[in-house]
Amino acid sequence: MKVLMFGWEFPPHISGGLGTACYGLTKGLANQNIETIFVVPKAYGDEDESAVRLVNASDVLVDSTDETYQEFWKKITYLEIGSNLIPYVSPQEFARIAEENRLEGVDHQKKVTSTKFEFSGKYGTDLMAEVSRYALVAAGIAKKMDFDLIHAHDWLTYSAGIAAKKITGKPLVVHMHATEFDRSGVNVNSNIYDIERRGMEEADRVITVSNLTKATVIEKYGINPDKIFTVYNAVEPTDKEVYEVKRHVKEKVVTFLGRLTMQKGPEYFIEAASIILKHDPNVRFVMAGSGDLMNKMIRRVAQLGIGTRFHFTGFLKGADVDKMFLLSDVFVMPSVSEPFGIVPLEAMRSNVPVVISKQSGVAEILKYALKVDFWDVHGLADSIYGLLNYNSLSETFRKYGKDEVDSLKWDNAAYHVVQVYESLFK
Amino acid sequence: MKSICFYFQVHQPFRLKTYRFFNMGHDHYYYNDFENSHIMSRITQKSYLPMNDLLMKLIKKHGKDFKVTFSITGHAIEQFEAYAPEVIQSFRKLAETGNVEFLAETYAHSLSSLRSKSEFFKQVEMHSNKIESLFGVRPVTFRNTELIYSDEIGEMVHEMGYNLMLTEGAKHVLGWKSPNFMYCNARNPKLKVLLKNHTLSDDIAFRFSNHGWSEWPLTAEKFATWLADLDKNEDVINLFMDYETFGEHQWRETGIFDFMSSLPAKVLKTKKFKFATPSELEKELQPISAIHVPYPISWADEERDITAWLGNEMQNEAFDKLYSLENQIRNCNDPEILSDWFKLQNSDHFYYMCTKWFSDGDVHKYFNPYNSPYEAFINYMNVLSDFTIRVDEACSKSSGERIMEKAEDLGKQISKVARKAVKSTATKVKETIETTKSEIPSLEHIKDLSNAKVKAMLKEIDAQNLMYAIQDASDEVRDKILPNLTKSAKAEYDRLSAEVKKIKKTDIAEARKKISERISKLLS
Repeated sequence: MKVLMFGWEFPPHISGGLGTACYGLTKGLANQNIETIFVVPKAYGDEDESAVRLVNASDVLVDSTDETYQEFWKKITYLEIGSNLIPYVSPQEFARIAEENRLEGVDHQKKVTSTKFEFSGKYGTDLMAEVSRYALVAAGIAKKMDFDLIHAHDWLTYSAGIAAKKITGKPLVVHMHATEFDRSGVNVNSNIYDIERRGMEEADRVITVSNLTKATVIEKYGINPDKIFTVYNAVEPTDKEVYEVKRHVKEKVVTFLGRLTMQKGPEYFIEAASIILKHDPNVRFVMAGSGDLMNKMIRRVAQLGIGTRFHFTGFLKGADVDKMFLLSDVFVMPSVSEPFGIVPLEAMRSNVPVVISKQSGVAEILKYALKVDFWDVHGLADSIYGLLNYNSLSETFRKYGKDEVDSLKWDNAAYHVVQVYESLFK
Repeated sequence: MKSICFYFQVHQPFRLKTYRFFNMGHDHYYYNDFENSHIMSRITQKSYLPMNDLLMKLIKKHGKDFKVTFSITGHAIEQFEAYAPEVIQSFRKLAETGNVEFLAETYAHSLSSLRSKSEFFKQVEMHSNKIESLFGVRPVTFRNTELIYSDEIGEMVHEMGYNLMLTEGAKHVLGWKSPNFMYCNARNPKLKVLLKNHTLSDDIAFRFSNHGWSEWPLTAEKFATWLADLDKNEDVINLFMDYETFGEHQWRETGIFDFMSSLPAKVLKTKKFKFATPSELEKELQPISAIHVPYPISWADEERDITAWLGNEMQNEAFDKLYSLENQIRNCNDPEILSDWFKLQNSDHFYYMCTKWFSDGDVHKYFNPYNSPYEAFINYMNVLSDFTIRVDEACSKSSGERIMEKAEDLGKQISKVARKAVKSTATKVKETIETTKSEIPSLEHIKDLSNAKVKAMLKEIDAQNLMYAIQDASDEVRDKILPNLTKSAKAEYDRLSAEVKKIKKTDIAEARKKISERISKLLS
């Protein structure tokens, strides 16, 4: 079977979580003897990285001389299209900026930094046009290539997927890694929403990364449940060397790591920290990441008077992320809305017990994790306290958590994707 | 004629409320009254009352031919008293017929038999008192929590005065043997043991309404045929199950009540069977063999062992922490602390922490107030932490324990001082020897010295130092030194060593004072 796949980015030019996922998935598909033609818009590579890069998704090292990697490329045809689309985070960032544009009109230009201004000025109003142009080029490619079905990742490529389907009549699978509701909360960009809905309506199969996303797709987009299939993401086993980090504080450390945006629920982490610190001042809390809620969060910490025990690191990447995990006793992901959520898996891989919100896709598959509703700050505080104070619990999580994460393999995910493919031809 | 022994277990735990760590230290009420009363009244209506009525009718109909046995935990009774007193009345009426036997067990449905003999005995005593006060008869047959049994537990049960105990006919213990006979304890054959026929029991308790089961639907006729087809040499069929089977685990709509109301007539009609209580069987049947159970068995899960309660790290930590309080509580008379102590021992709390979800998850979820075993553990540990604080405050150690501890402390101090004294004495001895002999001396060299030289040396050492010094010395050294002491030095030595020996018996305060005086003297 041969698949025409539309994505945003691909190794070795990985900059976001979707690239990692696409790489893992295509690798898994290659093991299942599925050939892939992977189409990406050409990235410029000079984007402001701190603004577009996901904090933790940078851990897949690609060595192009590696033999298995070479083997892998035999099954992959890789095409780049000249385009202004930037990978992964751009639509979120774009949606936010576009939204600000809409709300604040021209004044907006004065408020953002000059780089941001350039960013929005360069790509701003053109994004939808870029999407259409990408679709046009995609249709041209589809006409020339030989394949059995089309697989499109996230909304940016849906128009391309639809165009390819119209031209060739081949079945279309769209893959929902995140919905506009996950990215923007209540301030949904209706253009993007429309593209997502249309993509799923036109698709023969919809793959969601969790049942949570599946439910959103059914409820908010009105998509027929019969054609939606959940395939959970996986993580690549890491060969990274484990190195020791010396701890300089005697207190236990509880960590939040992610963008400081409404969807990630940073304020619930702060409230829980305040509850714990009232009872036991010998704990330190770390909030790693940056985002539009940063200043508000700093103010809230000051208001609660817990600043000596609550620390902001700003944006972390690469080795700093690994170091942060090595310094942590508990990792917390209180996301309000998280289609899947790969960070807790990375924490568990570093032997850190995790507390995750029930509103995350990853909560559906993890056994060795404490799960609470994101709004239940008392439950969150109690879970953290339990992991810090009751040794047998944290030991159990450390003992079995790593194995659990290591068992989430892309080969399994690819197997389920192939089953979705096969269902198209029965 | 074979006997059929029906025994029903009645138990409800005091479920804990959501207890956060910030409740610790000021909130000392641990129970979810709403849920406990709600569950109790629901099961009362769906199961206990209708089933008691049904059994009453059967007893009236069949007279002496129909008998049943109950075991009701102390905590079930407490909750009946609080939320459903009519259930106790209804059990009383059954008791008055004389066709019903009540068994002994631990008051708190606890796992104390696995940890503490004294706590185990205490709770069984408490339970028997309660049953006797309610139903007028003191239990003579024992069943342990969750039918937990081992050779050792059986031995303890006999020590409490019971001649018969009930347990699971676990396959891994029985092997090819049949559970349908009387057995006896491997260490003490005087304790007879009745074994649950788990196939026939679970056909009613678990499989009755299972449409996927090849024998569904199970009718009284069919069940009576199975009983009749059993080996004719067998003596007894023990049908042991939770009482909530009737109406709660198996809803009324499954036909479970109809099944039970027609079963006795169908069985008695064959003239091959009678219904009997365990104590009747104890008089009637002789054990055919001993049953060897080195490791505890129970009636839970496929494994029929105790891993449902003590099978993972969390359960073990919670269990260890709980029972580490036992010594303190033994001297405590605070009724609220005692009441919580028993309620926290309830085996159900540990059951909720079980992580073997895959094979037996469904049963574990039943009545389980928690979403995960981890939540169960955290909640229990929070409660236990607060309880520990209260125990530390209220049941501070008894004067006896305090004296023991101080004596230990003193002992340590003395040996510390003694070690110092040994050193200084050894130095003195060394000096003395050096003046008399050229080789490198030590305390042990004393035995090589002539008596005159020893005498000369001893004159320079005071009795006190000497006593300390030879505390750790070999007998040879001692034999060399003691006869060579001057009379007055000997007397002083004897007086001091007598005092050292007396420390544990005599007034500690004074001993301590003397010692500390001596220590300060030694140190100065």
